[in-house]
Amino acid sequence: MDPFFIITSLLKIVGILFVVILPMVSYAVYAERKVSAAIQDRLGPNRVGPAGLFQPIADMFKLLLKEDFTPRNVNTFYYWLAPCLAVMPAIITIAVVPFGSTLFGVPMVIADVNVGILFVFAIASLGVYGIVIGGWASNSKYPFLGGIRSSSQMLSYELSLGLAVIPVFLLVGNLRLTSVVRYQIEHGWFIAPFVGDWMNPWKWVLAVPMIISFLVFMIAIFAETNRLPFDLPEAEQELAGGYNTEYSSMKFALFFLGEYAAMITGSAVIVTLFFGGWHFPGIPDGSRGWIFGVINIAVFFAKVAIMIFIFMWVRWTLPRFRYDQLMRLGWLFFFEIALVNIFVAAWILAYFPSS
Amino acid sequence: MPPFLFWLFASLMLVFGAAVVLNRNPVASALSLVVSFLGLAALFMSLDAYFVGIIQVLVYAGAVMVLFLFIIMLLNLRAEEGRRINWLAATGGIVVALILVIQIFSVIGHFQAARQTFPSLERSTTDDVWNIGALLFSNYNLPFQIVGVLVLVATIGVVLLSKREPR
Repeated sequence: MDPFFIITSLLKIVGILFVVILPMVSYAVYAERKVSAAIQDRLGPNRVGPAGLFQPIADMFKLLLKEDFTPRNVNTFYYWLAPCLAVMPAIITIAVVPFGSTLFGVPMVIADVNVGILFVFAIASLGVYGIVIGGWASNSKYPFLGGIRSSSQMLSYELSLGLAVIPVFLLVGNLRLTSVVRYQIEHGWFIAPFVGDWMNPWKWVLAVPMIISFLVFMIAIFAETNRLPFDLPEAEQELAGGYNTEYSSMKFALFFLGEYAAMITGSAVIVTLFFGGWHFPGIPDGSRGWIFGVINIAVFFAKVAIMIFIFMWVRWTLPRFRYDQLMRLGWLFFFEIALVNIFVAAWILAYFPSS
Repeated sequence: MPPFLFWLFASLMLVFGAAVVLNRNPVASALSLVVSFLGLAALFMSLDAYFVGIIQVLVYAGAVMVLFLFIIMLLNLRAEEGRRINWLAATGGIVVALILVIQIFSVIGHFQAARQTFPSLERSTTDDVWNIGALLFSNYNLPFQIVGVLVLVATIGVVLLSKREPR
């Protein structure tokens, strides 16, 4: 294999993982606390460093130095395996997401596979194992109920998740995430295809299934990442913490980080599918000079940060659904909407002239 | 793909496939099957069949096995773990498997095309997702639709069974 390809891929993996994603995960925790504080009219963490900016580092040391307690009756091997399984899928998913245009002629995506979105779904669906095994191996009632809840919830919402994006790919014509971005650069972002082409009625008609698609996809991502209002697997009032009740120290932290990593990759996928990925009107891509390549990467992560803020905003604004409401919503509402939406999109593409 | 990756994934598949049978703990068996599926998916991808490989992960490892695990966890595992290996049944299984292997080898031995070495596959230039989709909607449209109806019938059956009032 081409050594240049191997070296650039390694650089991209190390760069994106250790320079962007992991710091982003730890600062997402900080941001969560600051946003919740702002919404609840508090100050939030402000002791460690200026404006509490070193709080994640202090948190890390605190979690590392805590006693790593393993309860007596747990299934040790699976008890250790579960936290690893909780973090891994969320981080692997980022491999197919294009996070920039090109930098010095190297495409800014780790693996541009032709089954991009299916890869995202496949790896994300493996994320449920960490929670289920964690709940089961703890050998305790509350974590077990949390694990069972999470597996049924994730399975239910995966259906809406998969169906919701089909209209997008009906338009793009293949499953590559880079072609989704390419298509949006040429035809306008999927969230608002009419921008810049205001007089084109086709774009306005197209916006209807696209916005429905976006809403269903976003809500399904909320459910997939176990975020409020769908955080039933860890509902404190009912389950004393859920699947991670029996965990302590760094193992608990891994579950925690896994949730935030899933949120970041979820936001990255939403940005790629509906918000034009790294594209911003008026900014050329990396072929015009490396500075634009860097700007494109910055634009992508700025959009991801905005999505993460929306995740947090929703979390601290909406109350939690009851479990039966959640399942009914998934199966009797979003599933049908996503299904009908596919037919609407297909009908528009087949019978409505495109120009 | 370098041959050592083929051997790696093939042995991963076989070892964990054996672990499915040998493990006494049903949860461990189910998880071994997941790893085995992942190995199979990697083998598919090594043949440039990305779509089949990723569907293997998405459907079997990601959905079917989660449902299995879900059911297994609700059962009483203590009873299962205590069960001894039934040596008579195990011997019968090994004999049947051996007969199958011998038969496969004898058939391959008489099959002319299986003896010659094929040139290694060239990198496919077309999109395999596109190819599968086009085939499903042209050549295999009728079987595809029949399978669709079959799955629908099964779904309706499940709804009917689960909705039935207990007497």
